[in-house]
Amino acid sequence: MPNPRGFLEVRRAPAPERDPRERVHDSREIFGTLPEPELRGQAGRCMDCGVPFCNNGCPLGNLIPDWNDLVRRGKWREASDQLHATNNFPEFTGLICPAPCESACVLDIADDPVMIKQIEYAIVDRAFEEGWIVPRPPERRTGRSIAVVGSGPAGMAAAAELNQVGHSVTVYERDEAPGGLMRFGVPDAKLEKWMIDRRIALLEAEGIEFACGVDVGADIGAEEIAERHDAFVVAVGSRVERPLEVPGADLDGVHYAMDYLYQRNRAVAREEGREAPDPERVISAAGKRVVVIGGGDTGMDCLSSANRERAESVLMLDVYATVPEGGRYANAPWPLAPRRTETTYALDEGGERRFGTQVTGLEGEDGRLARVHGRQVEGTSSRDLRPVPGSEFVEKAELCLVAIGFSHPAHDGLISQLGLDLDARGNVRAKAFATSREGVYAAGDARIGQSLIVNAIADGRRAARIIDRKLREGAAAPASAAA
Amino acid sequence: MTTTPIPTLYHPRAEHDGCGVACLARLDGRPTRETVERAIAALVNLEHRGAEGADASTGDGAGILMQLPDDFLRAVAAREGHELPAQGAYGVAMCFLPRDEARRTEVEAVVERTVEAEGLQVIGWRDVPIDETCAGERALAAAPSIRQLFVGALALAEDSDALERRLYVTRRLVEIEAGSDVAIPSFSSRTIVYKGMLSAPQLSGFYTDLADSRLASALAIVHSRFSTNTSPSWELAHPFHMSAHNGEFNTLLGNESWMRAREARLEAGPLGSDVQRVLPAIPEGSSDSAAFDSVLELLVMGGRSLPHAAMLMTPEAEGRPDLPRELHDFYDYGSMLMEPWDGPASLTLTDGRILVATLDRNGLRPGRWVITDDGWFALASEAGAFHVPAARVARAGRLLPGRLLVVEPGSGRVLTEREAELEVAGSRPYGAWFSEHSLNLHDLPEGRPAPAEPVPLRDRQLAFGWSQEDLRVLLAPMAVDGREPTGSMGNDAAPAVLSDRQPPLFSYFKQLFAQVTNPAIDPMREQVVMSLSTRLGPEGDLMEETPEQARRLVLDQPVLRDSELARLRAVEGGPLVSHTLDTTWPVSDGPAGLAAALERLCTEADSALAGGAGILILSDRGVGTDRVPVPSLLALSCVHHHLVRTGARTEASLVVESGEPREVHHVAVLIGYGAGAVNPYLMLESAGHLEGRAEPEGAIADGEGRVIAALGKGLLKVISKMGICTVRSYCGAQVFEAVGLAPDLVDRHFTGTRSSIGGIGLDELASEALERHGRAWPHAHGTSLPAHVEQGLLAAAHAQLLPQGGVYAWRRDGERHMWDPETVAGLQAVARGGGAEAYAQFSRRVDEENASHGLLRGLMRLRTADEPIPLDEVEPAAEIVKRFVTGGMSLGSLSPESHETLAVAMNRLGGRSNTGEGGEDRRRLEPDPNGDLRRSAIKQVASGRFGVTIDYLVNADQLQIKISQGSKPGEGGQLPGHKITDEIARLRHSMPGVELISPPPHHDIYSIEDLKQLIYDLRSANPRASVSVKLAAEMGVGTVAAGVSKANADHIVIAGHDGGTGASPLSSIQSAGVPWEIGLAETQHTLVRNDLRARVALQADGQMRTGRDVVIAALLGADEVGFGTAPLIATGCVMMRVCHLNTCPVGIATQDPELRRRFAGRPEHVVNYLVEVAEETRRIMATLGLRRFEDMVGHSELLETDPAIDHWKARGVDLTALLAPTEGPRTARRQAEPQVPVLDDSLDHLALIPGASRSIDRGEKVRLKLAVENVHRAVGGMLSGEIVRRHGPEGLPEGTVEVALRGSAGQSLGAWLAPGVTLTVHGAVNDYVGKGLSGGIVAVRPPDDARFSAGENVIAGNVALYGATSGRVFLAGLAGERFAVRNSGAVAVVEGVGDHGCEYMTGGRVAVLGATGINFGAGMSGGIAWVLDRDGELEGRCNTELVDLEPVGEEESVELHDLVAEHLARTGSVLASELLADWDAWCPRFTQVMPRGYRRALHSATEPHAAEATA
Repeated sequence: MPNPRGFLEVRRAPAPERDPRERVHDSREIFGTLPEPELRGQAGRCMDCGVPFCNNGCPLGNLIPDWNDLVRRGKWREASDQLHATNNFPEFTGLICPAPCESACVLDIADDPVMIKQIEYAIVDRAFEEGWIVPRPPERRTGRSIAVVGSGPAGMAAAAELNQVGHSVTVYERDEAPGGLMRFGVPDAKLEKWMIDRRIALLEAEGIEFACGVDVGADIGAEEIAERHDAFVVAVGSRVERPLEVPGADLDGVHYAMDYLYQRNRAVAREEGREAPDPERVISAAGKRVVVIGGGDTGMDCLSSANRERAESVLMLDVYATVPEGGRYANAPWPLAPRRTETTYALDEGGERRFGTQVTGLEGEDGRLARVHGRQVEGTSSRDLRPVPGSEFVEKAELCLVAIGFSHPAHDGLISQLGLDLDARGNVRAKAFATSREGVYAAGDARIGQSLIVNAIADGRRAARIIDRKLREGAAAPASAAA
Repeated sequence: MTTTPIPTLYHPRAEHDGCGVACLARLDGRPTRETVERAIAALVNLEHRGAEGADASTGDGAGILMQLPDDFLRAVAAREGHELPAQGAYGVAMCFLPRDEARRTEVEAVVERTVEAEGLQVIGWRDVPIDETCAGERALAAAPSIRQLFVGALALAEDSDALERRLYVTRRLVEIEAGSDVAIPSFSSRTIVYKGMLSAPQLSGFYTDLADSRLASALAIVHSRFSTNTSPSWELAHPFHMSAHNGEFNTLLGNESWMRAREARLEAGPLGSDVQRVLPAIPEGSSDSAAFDSVLELLVMGGRSLPHAAMLMTPEAEGRPDLPRELHDFYDYGSMLMEPWDGPASLTLTDGRILVATLDRNGLRPGRWVITDDGWFALASEAGAFHVPAARVARAGRLLPGRLLVVEPGSGRVLTEREAELEVAGSRPYGAWFSEHSLNLHDLPEGRPAPAEPVPLRDRQLAFGWSQEDLRVLLAPMAVDGREPTGSMGNDAAPAVLSDRQPPLFSYFKQLFAQVTNPAIDPMREQVVMSLSTRLGPEGDLMEETPEQARRLVLDQPVLRDSELARLRAVEGGPLVSHTLDTTWPVSDGPAGLAAALERLCTEADSALAGGAGILILSDRGVGTDRVPVPSLLALSCVHHHLVRTGARTEASLVVESGEPREVHHVAVLIGYGAGAVNPYLMLESAGHLEGRAEPEGAIADGEGRVIAALGKGLLKVISKMGICTVRSYCGAQVFEAVGLAPDLVDRHFTGTRSSIGGIGLDELASEALERHGRAWPHAHGTSLPAHVEQGLLAAAHAQLLPQGGVYAWRRDGERHMWDPETVAGLQAVARGGGAEAYAQFSRRVDEENASHGLLRGLMRLRTADEPIPLDEVEPAAEIVKRFVTGGMSLGSLSPESHETLAVAMNRLGGRSNTGEGGEDRRRLEPDPNGDLRRSAIKQVASGRFGVTIDYLVNADQLQIKISQGSKPGEGGQLPGHKITDEIARLRHSMPGVELISPPPHHDIYSIEDLKQLIYDLRSANPRASVSVKLAAEMGVGTVAAGVSKANADHIVIAGHDGGTGASPLSSIQSAGVPWEIGLAETQHTLVRNDLRARVALQADGQMRTGRDVVIAALLGADEVGFGTAPLIATGCVMMRVCHLNTCPVGIATQDPELRRRFAGRPEHVVNYLVEVAEETRRIMATLGLRRFEDMVGHSELLETDPAIDHWKARGVDLTALLAPTEGPRTARRQAEPQVPVLDDSLDHLALIPGASRSIDRGEKVRLKLAVENVHRAVGGMLSGEIVRRHGPEGLPEGTVEVALRGSAGQSLGAWLAPGVTLTVHGAVNDYVGKGLSGGIVAVRPPDDARFSAGENVIAGNVALYGATSGRVFLAGLAGERFAVRNSGAVAVVEGVGDHGCEYMTGGRVAVLGATGINFGAGMSGGIAWVLDRDGELEGRCNTELVDLEPVGEEESVELHDLVAEHLARTGSVLASELLADWDAWCPRFTQVMPRGYRRALHSATEPHAAEATA
C-alpha cells in the first residue's frame, strides 16, 4: 500500500557525496547516506509496479519494491530480511554495483529512477549498526566438504550459500586476503576494505574456512584439493587482461590497470596498518602526466587513484561516443541496462575524459613512454569504429594505464591441471555450473567472463543451488542427519 | 434422440429459460370458455418474449394449465366409450408417450398396472387430437405420442385431497418406473396441462381440444418459453404440474443436493409412508423450473397450502424494513427447514382452486395485473397482454418483490396486501417456536481458550502455502480497511494446473456468474435483500412442523472466531453437540496417505453421526512436523458428498477449521461446497502479526474483526455475482467450475461440478501438500519424495522468508505471468519499429512461455499441411487486420490521448476500436487534417449507460452490449470522483468530481427476453449498426450465446478470464471466469449444434499476443480477434496495475494532466505491432495450407494436443472435448448470413417515420394519432435515430412531432427519444419507458374513459428512464421498481414508485407525488428527487448512504411547482391539480433527496463563477 503519488511528490535526490576537492586528498569512502526521513521519502517514490522491472533488471532478483516499501515505512529490520533473502552482500552491491535495477526502473521512462542503490546500502548499513546482522551457522552439518577457489564475490557467495545449508566450505585465495577485485581492484574511495573484513568475519563465524595465500595450481596441486573435497568450485575470476595491440605497448611506463590498482590498494592497506606485500616494481602516478586508456569502471578507478597520488594531469581516452541526451544509447532502450557504466565520480575530482578517441600508438624516449598518439573515431561499438580524417592528436605522457578489459581466466595452473574444457571465449565451459570434470564447478567471471559484481554474486548463489542438489542426489541417505 | 458419444463442451444441463407468463381467473369461480380463449390470446400477445430456433417455425415451448374441464372431458370420453364418474371422483393423466408402438404399449401397461395397484380404476385412454401442420419441423421430429388416461377413484369416500395425493403418488411411481421417455404433464382431478414445443400462436391450433367451445375453466396459467438453445424438448415447456415460471433459480444445484440429503428423513404428513415411494423429490434431468415444481408439489401434497409452500421456498427478504413481525417470525422458522430457492423469478401457481403469483425477493421480473369491474383478474409479464377496455379496469397493479398475490376464484377475493402471508404466518406460533428453541452463539457456554499453539506461526504459514503476498497484498488491507483490496489489469498468471508454485486447491475452482439469463445483484446498494446468516445443526423432517425443528444455531455470518468455535465445542449433549475430525495425515505415509485420510474422514464422520453429533468440525489444527494438512476444500467436499450419498447429510452441519483459507474466494468455495461455517484460524491469527505489512501501524486493533467484516462483504459480492442473495442458499450450491482437475477426482469428491479439461488428481494434490509441508519442515522428509518435491525443499532450505507469491504483482521468483519484463519490453521493441526481427524474438518468447507454463493454447499443436502453400497466395495482412479490434476500454479509465491513439491506429488499419463505456466526444467524428479519424467504430453500451445518447448510438458501426467483462464478470464498477474531469463529466452527463457507479447488471436485462428487447431497442435507434453482445467465458456461456443468437444479435464476443480491467477486487480478477479457449470452444459447439452459428460472428478476446494466438482462436471458432492489453503495451503501458489509482506513470490509465503529458504512445506503435501479428498469422496460414482467414474459422480438427509438452501437472490435462470436431445439422462453422430482420413491423417503420417525414425532412410540425399495443416495442426509437442522423444531437425544436397513442404500449416506449418528439400515451406503458431518453418528452395518462383513480393504479412498469440523459417524462399513475435508475439528466414526474427508486442516479430531477418503496436513492450520487411524503415513511425507506433528506430548497420549490404544473398540463392528473390548488400547503410536505457529493459539486461549480464575477 505505498503512496501511489509518491513519485509525483518527491524528486530524486542525489546521493550525498563528499566535496571532491576535499576527498581527493584521502582514501576514505566518498559517498554517504541521506538522513532517514529523506531516505524514506526517496523510497516512497517507488511505485510498487505490477511488473517491477527492477526486480528483473537486478541479476540477483532483489526484492526492490518490497524493501523500498518497508523503508518508506521505517521498517528497517524487515527491509533487511527482505534484502538478505536474495543478496548475501548488499553492502558491496549497495556501494559498487552499477545498478542495472535503476536503469530498469519504470520511473526511468519519463522521470528519474528511484535511488535503489542508495536505499539498499542504507538498509544494510542500518542493519549492521543495529546489530541485526549476526552469524547464523547452519543448524546441522551434512558432512560434505567443498573447496571454493577464489574469494571474489562469486566465490564468497557460493561459499556462503553452501555453508548455510550445512556443507563444510574451505575458500582458497592466492592473495594475502579475501575479496578478490573488491579488495584489490576497487579503491577504498568506493569500498573501504574493513567492510570486506567485517563480512569475512561473519562468514568465518558461520563456519567457513578461508585459506589465504594459497595459490591452488601453484602452491598446491589442484588435484590434491579436488581429492580432499566432495566438490570443487572454480571461482578464480577472469584475470587475463585484454592486450593493448598498438605499437609501443611494451614501453616502460605502460601498465595494465589492475597492476596499478593492486599496488594502490595495498599501499592504502599499509597506511592503515594492515599487512600487505611490497611491490616488486613501484608504479606511481605522482607528479606524472597520466593517460588512462578505457573509460569503464576500472579506468575511472585508475583516474581516481592517480588523482589521489597527485598526478600532474590525468587524461582518459574513451573509444565510445558521447553519452546521448537523456542518458540512453539507442542500442539499450529502457528497460535495458546501458552496455557500459557512466561513472563520473572520479572526473569530479579532476582529470579529463575524451570520448570517441582511439589510441593508435605509444611513443617512447629511451624506452620510456613519452607520448600517446590517438585519433577521433565514430561508431557505436568497438567493432565498427571509423576514424575521423584529420583528427589525429598527440599527448605527452609518462604513465599510461591500460583499462580495456579482460579476456578470460588464466589457463595455466588450476584449469589446465584439472583439464577443464573451455568455451570459445576462453572461459571455463560450465553451462549449468558443472564443468567437464565430475565434481568440479565454475562460477562467476571464470565461467561467464568479466562482469559486474552483482552478476558474480548471483552466479555464485545459483552455482551453490546446483551443487547442493547434486550433493544431495548423490547422497545414499540424508547425509549425517543425526549431526 | 441419442446424443453423440464424442465429448464436447456442449452441456444441455446449462440451458436457461426466459419467458412470458400470464394467468387469469374469473372471480366468481364459474368455469367459462372465455377464460381459455382470453388466456390463449394473452399468450399470443406475449410471443415476442418467447423465441424461435434456427427453424423459424419451431417454438421453444408454450402451454396452458387450467381447471379440469368436466363437461368437455365427459363428452369426449363418452365418444371413446368411457363413462366418467362424477366430477371430482376421477382424474385425467395427460401423457407424453414414446412414439414407438411397442414401447408405448409397454409404457401404457406400466401406467395401467400402477394405477390399479394404487387402488384406482383405469377407465380408458384417449388419443389427444393434434394438428401437425401447427408445429415446426424440429418440434414434430421430437414430438411424443400424446394420450390422455381417465382414472376413477374406487373408494368413493376418499376426499378430494386424498384423491389428488393418490394421483400424485401414482404419477411419480410411473415416472420412476417408466423412465425418461415418458412424461406426464398433468395427472389430477383438478387441473390439466396442454403444452409442447410450440410457439405461442401454435398452441391452440396444435391441440384442437383447445378450440372446443365446451372447454371451460375458471382460471388458467399460460406460458411462452424462451430457451437458450433449441434442443428438442416437449416436457420442458411450461406450465408444469402446479406452476409456470419466468426466471431462473441460481441456487439449483444446492437446492437439489439439500433436497436429496433430506429425503431419508421424510415421513410425516398426509403422504405418510408414500413419501418414500415418490422419491427422488427432484427427478433426474429436471430443469430448474421443473425442480421447483416438483418440490412445491411435494410440499403441497404433504399438507401445506400453496401459499405456505411458496413462502417456504421463496421467502421475502428478511432485511426489509417494512416486513411485519409475524412474517419475520415465519421466515425465521422456515429458515430452519429449508434454504431459499434464489434467483430472479416470476411464479404463477395453482392447485386448481386458487391462483398464487409471486416474485423473487428483489423484484427482478415484471408482473402487471388488473381487476375488471366485470369480474376478471388478469396478470401478465406485460400490461396489455390481456385486452381489457380501460373503462372496465377497476384496479391495476403489479406484483411486488417477494410478496404473494392470491386469487380465490370462489370467494372472489384478491389478496394483495400480505393477507395471505399473514394467514399462513398466524397458523402456528412460529415466533414463539423460534425464540424458544433457536440458539445463537451467546447462548452457548463459553469455551475453553485454546492452548498456546506450539508450532511457530511462520512454519504453519509455510505448511499451508502462504506467501508474503497473501499477507501484504490481501490480508493487510483487509485487517486495516475491513474490505478486500482492489487491483487492475486482469489476471495473466499461469492457471493453477500449470503452476509450479503449489497454488491451493481453491485456485482450481472458478466462480460462476450471472450473465444475460439472470442478473447479478448489487450487494452494496441493494444490501437489503442480502443475507450472510447461516444455520448449524441437524435438520428435521421437512414434511412436518414441530417446535423442535427450530433447535438450530443461528449465525449472523459464517466466519467464526476461535472463541466462537470454542463455544461450539463446549456444547455438551443435544442436537448441537459437535465432533472434530482431524484432517491431517502422517508425513510418513507419503503421497498415498491422502487417499487414506479421506477414507478415514468418511468413516469417522459416519460413526460421529451415529454417536449423535450434530456438527462435524473438520480441523487441520493437527498440522506439524509429522502431519500434513489435507487441502481443506477436499476434506470438506469429500465428507459433504459422502454424507449426501449416504442420505445423512442433514443430520449434521459441517464446519471447517483450517489454516489454509486466506482470501474471500477460499471461504466462498468452502461454503459453496457445503460448509455451514468456517474458522480460518491462521488468517485471523496472522492478522495480529502483520509485522510491518499493514499501515497505518496502530490501526489494526481488532484486525480480526475487520478481516471477518471484509470476508463478509466479499462473500456477498461473490454470491451476488451469481444473482444469489443469501449465503444459506449459496451453501452447497457449487456454483463453480473446475479448471484443471481430473474427472475421477471431481466425480467422486466434487460431484456435479464441471471440469472440462481434466487435470490433476489426488496424487498431485498430495505431492503439492507435501511440498508445502516440506518448506516448513524440510528435515521431516526423507529422500523418497518425488523429484519435483525434492527440488522445492532445496529452495526452502535457502529461504528465510515466506515465498514471494507473485500472483498479484510479478516477481522474478514468483508465479509465472504472461506479461513479464521480457514480454513487455519485447512488445515495445516491436511497437517502436523493431520490425520482423524484434517481432520474431517477442513471439518466440511468448509462444515458448505459453507452452511451458502459460496457457491452454500453449498445450496445442497445429496440424500443418503436408505441402504448405506459397506465402503470396495467402490473403494479405491488410485484410487480416480488419478482423482485429481493440477492447472496450472507456475514456475515463484511459486518458483521452491514449484512447484516441488506439482509435486512430485501428482506423488506419481498417480494424475497429471500442469506446468502452463513457460516451464519445463529438469532436472525434471529424477527421484530422492528415485524414486520421479518432472516432471509435464500436460504441459500447454498458450497465452504467454513461453517455449513451441517441447521437452516440447513430454514430456507431457496431453497438456492443457489454454483459460481462472477462476480468470481473457480474460486478459493477466505480469511477472515483477524482477521475471525473470536466471533460469526462461532460461526456458522461455527470458532475466533475462526483463518483460514478456502474450497476452490476444492466437494469434492462434480467433475462434473455430482456436482452432480446434491448437488441431490438438498439436496432431501432440505429438500424445500420450491427449489434454485438460481449460475454465472459464460463461454464454455460455456449448456451447463453445460443440464446443471444436467438435474441437476434449479429455478433458475440467471448472474453477470457484473463482480460484487463481498470479496477476490480483482487479475488474477482483471479477467481471468476475461465480461459477463452474453453468458452469459445463451448460456444462454437453449441451454436453449430443448434444451427445458430451462421447468423452470428464470434470474436475471442483475452490476452491475445501473437499470430499463433490468432490462428488458434480462429480454428476454435473466432471470426474476429480482440486485443486489449497488448495494444496498450505497444503505446507504453508497463503493467503497473495502478489503473484504479489514477497514477499511471506512462499517462495511459490516468486523467492527471501532469501524467498525461508523459504519454508517449503513437498510433504507429499499435499499427507496427498488429501488422506483425497479421504477418505471422499469414505465415502460419501458409503452413496450414489455407489461403483465407475464413477457411480457418471453426476448423478445430487442425489442432491437436502437443505431445511434446510434459509438465508433470499438465499430464492429466485432456483437450479432447475442447478440440472435438464441431458437428451439427448444418456445416456452417462461421458467420455466413445476416440475422433475421425484425424491424419491418415496428410501429416506427410502419407509421411514425412515414407520418413524420415532413418533420424529418423539413422540420415541419406534425401531429399523429395512433393505436398502440404491447407488441409495439421501442416506439419512437427509430424515429429518433432518423431525426438525429439528419439534424444532429440537438434534434428538432420541442413540439415538432407530437404523437398521441391509445392503448397499452409495449416495452421501451420512447427509447432514446430525440428532442422534438413528444409521445403521449392514453393508457399504460410497460417496462423501460424512457430508456436512454435523449431530449424527447413522454407523457402517460389514463384513458379519458378510465374509471379508476390514477394515483392508486400502476401505469408504468419497472426500470423507467434507465440511462436517460435529457428530456422529460410525466406518468399519471404509479410506476414499478427502480424508477429513474441511472438517470443522468432527464426530468420526471410520477405519482408513486416501487423499490429502489432513483438508484444510481447522477443527474436530473425526479418528483414523486406519492409513496416510494424501500431503498430509495441507493447509490444516488447526483440529481435531486422530491418525494411527497404523506405518511412520513420516506426516512425508513430511503437508503441514506449517499443522500440527505431535507426540506425542499427555495429555488427548487419553484422548479418543483413548475414541474407539477407541467404534469397537470400534459397528463390531466387529478393529483397534480389537487396539489396545485393548495400548493403552499403541499409544498412543505415534500422531502428533498439530495446527494451529498452532488451538493458539494454544485457549490464548487458555482463558486468559481462568483469569484469571476467579483474579480
